[in-house]
Amino acid sequence: MSGLSANLSELLSIDWILLLIGTWLLIGLAGLTVLRDVTAVARLLYPLGALVGMALAVCAFNALGAPAEIAVLPLGLPDLPFHLRLDALSALFLMLLGGTAAGISIFSAGYLRKGEGSAAGLQCLQYHLFLASMALVLLADDAYAFMVAWELMALSSFFLVTSDHRNPEIRSAGYLYLLIAHIGAIAILLCFGVLQGAGGLAASNGVADYTFDHMRAIRHDTFWASAAFGLAVLGFGAKAGLLPLHVWLPEAHPAAPSPVSAMMSGVMLKTAIYGVLRVSFDLLHHPLWWWGVGLLALGLVTALFGAIFSAVQSDMKRLLAYSSIENIGLLFVGIGLTLTFQAFGMTALAALALTAVLYHCLNHAVFKSLLFLCTGAVLHATRERRLGKLGGLIHPMPWVAWLALLGVLSSAGLPPFNGFVSEWLLLQAFLFTPGLPHGYINMLIPVAAAAVTLTAALAGYVMVKFFGIVFLGQPREETISRQAKDAGWLERTGLVWLAALCVLLGLFPVFVIEHLDFVTRTLLGTGVYAASGNVAGSHGWLLLAPISADRASYEPLLFLLMISAIVVATAAFVHRFWHGRMRRGAAWNCGFPIQTPRMQDTAEGFSQPLRQIFEPFYRLTRELPTSFDKAPRYSVVVRDHFWYLIYLPLAHLANLVSRGISVIQQGRIAIYLLYSLITLVVLLFLVRG
Amino acid sequence: MNLIAPVLLQILELALALVLAPLLTGWVNQCRAWLQNRSAPPLLQPYRQFAKLFEKEVVLAHNASSLFRAAPYIIFACMALASMIVPTLSTDLPFGPAADAIALVGIFALARVFIALAGMDVGTAFGSLGARREMLIGFLAEPALLMVFFTASLISQSTSLSTIVETFASREFAIYPSLAFAGVAFTMVSLAENARIPVDNPTTHLELTMIHEAMILEYSGRHLAFIEWAAELKLYVYSCLGLALFFPWGVPQGADLSNLPLALASLLPKLAIGGALLALIETLSAKMRIFRAPEFLGTAFMLAVLGMLVHLLLETGK
Repeated sequence: MSGLSANLSELLSIDWILLLIGTWLLIGLAGLTVLRDVTAVARLLYPLGALVGMALAVCAFNALGAPAEIAVLPLGLPDLPFHLRLDALSALFLMLLGGTAAGISIFSAGYLRKGEGSAAGLQCLQYHLFLASMALVLLADDAYAFMVAWELMALSSFFLVTSDHRNPEIRSAGYLYLLIAHIGAIAILLCFGVLQGAGGLAASNGVADYTFDHMRAIRHDTFWASAAFGLAVLGFGAKAGLLPLHVWLPEAHPAAPSPVSAMMSGVMLKTAIYGVLRVSFDLLHHPLWWWGVGLLALGLVTALFGAIFSAVQSDMKRLLAYSSIENIGLLFVGIGLTLTFQAFGMTALAALALTAVLYHCLNHAVFKSLLFLCTGAVLHATRERRLGKLGGLIHPMPWVAWLALLGVLSSAGLPPFNGFVSEWLLLQAFLFTPGLPHGYINMLIPVAAAAVTLTAALAGYVMVKFFGIVFLGQPREETISRQAKDAGWLERTGLVWLAALCVLLGLFPVFVIEHLDFVTRTLLGTGVYAASGNVAGSHGWLLLAPISADRASYEPLLFLLMISAIVVATAAFVHRFWHGRMRRGAAWNCGFPIQTPRMQDTAEGFSQPLRQIFEPFYRLTRELPTSFDKAPRYSVVVRDHFWYLIYLPLAHLANLVSRGISVIQQGRIAIYLLYSLITLVVLLFLVRG
Repeated sequence: MNLIAPVLLQILELALALVLAPLLTGWVNQCRAWLQNRSAPPLLQPYRQFAKLFEKEVVLAHNASSLFRAAPYIIFACMALASMIVPTLSTDLPFGPAADAIALVGIFALARVFIALAGMDVGTAFGSLGARREMLIGFLAEPALLMVFFTASLISQSTSLSTIVETFASREFAIYPSLAFAGVAFTMVSLAENARIPVDNPTTHLELTMIHEAMILEYSGRHLAFIEWAAELKLYVYSCLGLALFFPWGVPQGADLSNLPLALASLLPKLAIGGALLALIETLSAKMRIFRAPEFLGTAFMLAVLGMLVHLLLETGK
């Protein structure tokens, strides 16, 4: 604590941020004192946590343009203190964390109910520990601090996911999550080992130096740099849900309480993106072009897979989980594009692609947590997660429905909301790829843009399905619409905050890009906004596209104003010159007399065309009725090929191997003594030799 | 003075679109009737339709939400905005920079999402059936349209529609293979997006084959009028877009009112010929089963991608 208090008088941004993280931890610990008092936890601690989140976002925003700050915490092992560093990249992701956490915490304050999951105070501790550990991951400046924070994040989120641990499904989802998180953690650890080890012990006076500063200083040769990059992609990809390590996502998100799913999907996945960016642009300096192309291909496959699978889900949280996989895929596509451009020395274009990635990180954090929170509100109102039972909720829950609509439009990448801006930037970056000085790559990458557009269009399909089936139409179950109530004011505040961020991020792209520039300049040495001065006057398109394009080619504010003006004008016109008469009647439905809610499309019905088109991608189990059935049943279950082709064989193999090993385990003490004797003899023999 | 002419042109372009769009639909219907040996409805029939619908009162289903009531205005506004972005009277319009080709696709997608949601709102069997089919068509047509724009953007080094049109108009006249592919793809996408035969039938009365009509079954009165008007605007915008991309000659480059007669003189005959060709295509082809539509649009998508590849392989090597 002495290092901290010495700096306190100077009050650097990083100290403020550390104080805020400390406050989160204190709030969490305070939860233990009121373990079972839901009111105290919900009405006092969570709103406090939200305030801290806001403060964190403000501090981080201030630190965006400032030079990097360093702090050393006297925690950890002797001779191995925690090194922390706050630069533009950390600041941006801290801002994302703080801003999103503010909305989610305030929503949680209204969401918490007695008797759901573990004790309220305990959940409060786990939740705030989760937030604090994510903040520490973003600040860490040595491998040791990073891994400690990373593991803390994995464990605290594991306990949050399994908060309702009496349900065996949730337990197994949590176990799967923990398993894959640790496969990832091992890969990250190895990656840091490679990054550090390439310099050898000699370079650091015989003491292994795991600070990021040391790793930055080393020049890695091609092989070890590639190895480190591959391990980083594997490790962080496991956390982000990159194929084929995505399987935990659709299990863990539905299992977790909704605010936790929002936090995991909105923010925790972004820490993995942060990790990839940190390793590939900060710790490694000279990317090779095939890293970029490989990552691009991996991202594309992930994005398409996520989109195709989210379209056929019947559980609203699973649908959103697959949609997160899709978005993570798009982010990796952007990172791959950035690496490719940078490898060929086209930094201005790399900056454009990186801007798209960072922008999409912000967007996805905001709209996906908004949507997850909306599913939480629906879940509490109806006790139902299956789409096939919902419907018509726009009438009993107008607030949630309209705010969810904003999230849905953003997520579908429609102008003038935020999802469109990052999609637009990414497509613009793709349009430059023919300029790459490499034979076939420059022709194949633009074709990848076709896959990106297909993914984006599929996202629209998915979002119409999500919103239309949950909120529109007639309630598919009688009881649901009767008992459903709109969200409380605390929940609404959280939703409104996130929805407002969706709209603002969509309407003021130039402002956002101006601030993203600090990050791209730190990582690549140039920024989209700054570069506009350099390129201006040379080529029409060069000047227009990446840079002033946001002004010159896409103006969301004007766009929105124009649409609103036309809406108002036409409505006024027709009411003024004709009339505004309106009458309510029964639905016409082409005169068919019998109409029941059962005749609407179910979730399965709505996605039936996609199941038909993309049939080879799914593992389908169908049960079709015949005309002679007494009680006809129709069911279709869509499963993931990866599960059957990779995971189950692996699990089977692990079982076989352990069964083989268990042969030597006889359960008789004499035999174990014999093993010890044999070991001793062998060792003695070796030592003598 | 510098500002007045472009703004005036912009307003004129919007007004022209609002007036010409129903006329274009009337014209296509007329041509189709002639080709099919029927007596044709008058050219102004769509206007009469509007007058009738505006006069009638709106009958809303009991459980229609406010989204259902807002949707027609939003869809109409999207299409009106789209008509202001596509350069028809001039390439130098104040709203041109507000949205480029990618954003234009976004506008169409926005309108589509709203009409699909409105279709699902009342919760009838036909509404959700139409919404599902519309989204199916949309998710296949949207990437194909974007790929067409990508090809055009790669050629003209810009996604701004004005720049694309200017570049294309000033190129020497030749057959560009990439543009030929893109043109065929664009035609196919336009047929699908505008609910035309072979994908959908705008005059169908058989509910099971409907797409567009199924979604708007519950609409009446002024709401229906705006939806119809929006659909006609969409056809007009697509026609103008096709003309601007593939037959860009005659679109004046500067924002000057004196160019107006020339612009009109080139636009009106082109639209008339385009409308007649559309009627011809619709007369010559039969509507296909809904599950053939993905194949049709998949072909369009492939052609568009092929166009882009052809451009990258053959036309940039020089």
